[in-house]
Amino acid sequence: MADLEMKLLGLWCSPFSRRVELALCLKGISYDYIEEDIQNKSPELLKYNPVHKKVPVLVRDGKPIAESLVILEYIDDMWDDKPAILPQEPYERAMARFWARFIDEKCLPSIWKAFWGPKKEQDEAEKEACENLKALENELKGKKFFGGSSIGYLDIVANFIAYWLDAIQKTAGKTILTKESFPLLSQWKVDFVACKVVKENLPPWERLVAYYQIRIEAAKASNDDGKIQIY
Amino acid sequence: MTNDHQHFIPFPSKTETELRVIKMGEEVILLDFWSSPFGMRVRIALAEKGIDYEEREENLNNKSSLLLKMNPIHKQIPVLIHKGRPICESMIIVQYIDEVWQNKVSLMPSDPYDKAIARFWADYIDKKIYSIGKLVWVSEGEVQEAAKKELVECFKLLEKELGDKHFFGGQNLNIVDVALIPFYTWFYALETCGNFSIVEECPHLVGWAKRCMDKQTVSNSLPDQYKIYTHLLELRNQHLAHLKG
Repeated sequence: MADLEMKLLGLWCSPFSRRVELALCLKGISYDYIEEDIQNKSPELLKYNPVHKKVPVLVRDGKPIAESLVILEYIDDMWDDKPAILPQEPYERAMARFWARFIDEKCLPSIWKAFWGPKKEQDEAEKEACENLKALENELKGKKFFGGSSIGYLDIVANFIAYWLDAIQKTAGKTILTKESFPLLSQWKVDFVACKVVKENLPPWERLVAYYQIRIEAAKASNDDGKIQIY
Repeated sequence: MTNDHQHFIPFPSKTETELRVIKMGEEVILLDFWSSPFGMRVRIALAEKGIDYEEREENLNNKSSLLLKMNPIHKQIPVLIHKGRPICESMIIVQYIDEVWQNKVSLMPSDPYDKAIARFWADYIDKKIYSIGKLVWVSEGEVQEAAKKELVECFKLLEKELGDKHFFGGQNLNIVDVALIPFYTWFYALETCGNFSIVEECPHLVGWAKRCMDKQTVSNSLPDQYKIYTHLLELRNQHLAHLKG
């Protein structure tokens, strides 16, 4: 593979950004990392992602790709000489994409809302979050990782549940992902975070918890109940 | 509720051998609903690939046990059932169809970067067009006005991405064309409910839509705009009555 300029515009605490870093590391691809300030977006970010103005954005030889799931598939397509992240068989690929979409469109928003949504909607959101997590729990039956015996696309996409959720549970003082209710997911979390390449691509724990604490306080102070963005 | 489209698209140029290969033990069933833009996407993809399939119209007020079994998570159409296994979510189904039936026209570019761009725009269409478009035909007043403005901005952005190309996929349809063209069936409803002209705001997009409709694979897969308007109007009236009642 020709050595073209590779850079990633990211955010240290964003699970979406860390997904891309994890994929790049799994494939052994070197890149320049540019930390973005979400409150003060750089001209480069606005130039490379004018549509959504969000991180992560991967830029290869000046050509940008945005949206973490799109970037993950690009990395897999581009570096197909390295071990695959997505399954190769079309049905398995469709299932992985289905669950990835489920995580991003149903699971994560319901978890976020259960903890940081409008107070009166939190109980309902918590029920929904648990149903969503149960569906993922079922997907793990008979497997160590979503990807089988080693981590794959869906494990990468589920990174939030493995690590960030704990930080949220800690700051909120409430736990929804318990060993009793979710034995498979609980074990998966431990196994996922124990992987060397994953460990090297996680935000520092104390810093993450402190950061979430600051954001909650800031949202309370500004009366922004329910408007804490997911990033 | 009658279907407006055929469920077997004849291809005069296809040889008998090809037809036999497609039909041989490759049972394909589509759980669908006539007015669903998401169902339309799958119909177009199947037609582009010349795949014979069985279309089953669902009653969304009384979902079949098959639908509930095949899509327990979302309980929604479309669901493609291939060799007894379900695939859900329209753009996931479209990509599955493209990956399984590879000896036919390709709905994805071959270059990884171009693929990523196509996936980005298909994702953009998924995030924006349905929800914003619906606000235009279902609501009124300020909510409708704001949605109209946003929808036109989205269409203009898509026009920019299209540029001078015949289709988003160049000379042939790609997943972006397939993702977007079903919403053309909403244009009459959008314009009538929203009181604006899409061709005035986005002439290039309308030009693109007409080129898509010139293809039998598209026109045979989409219901008539007026039928859709009547259907959406009914939903609008129900929604507004519910808000006031």
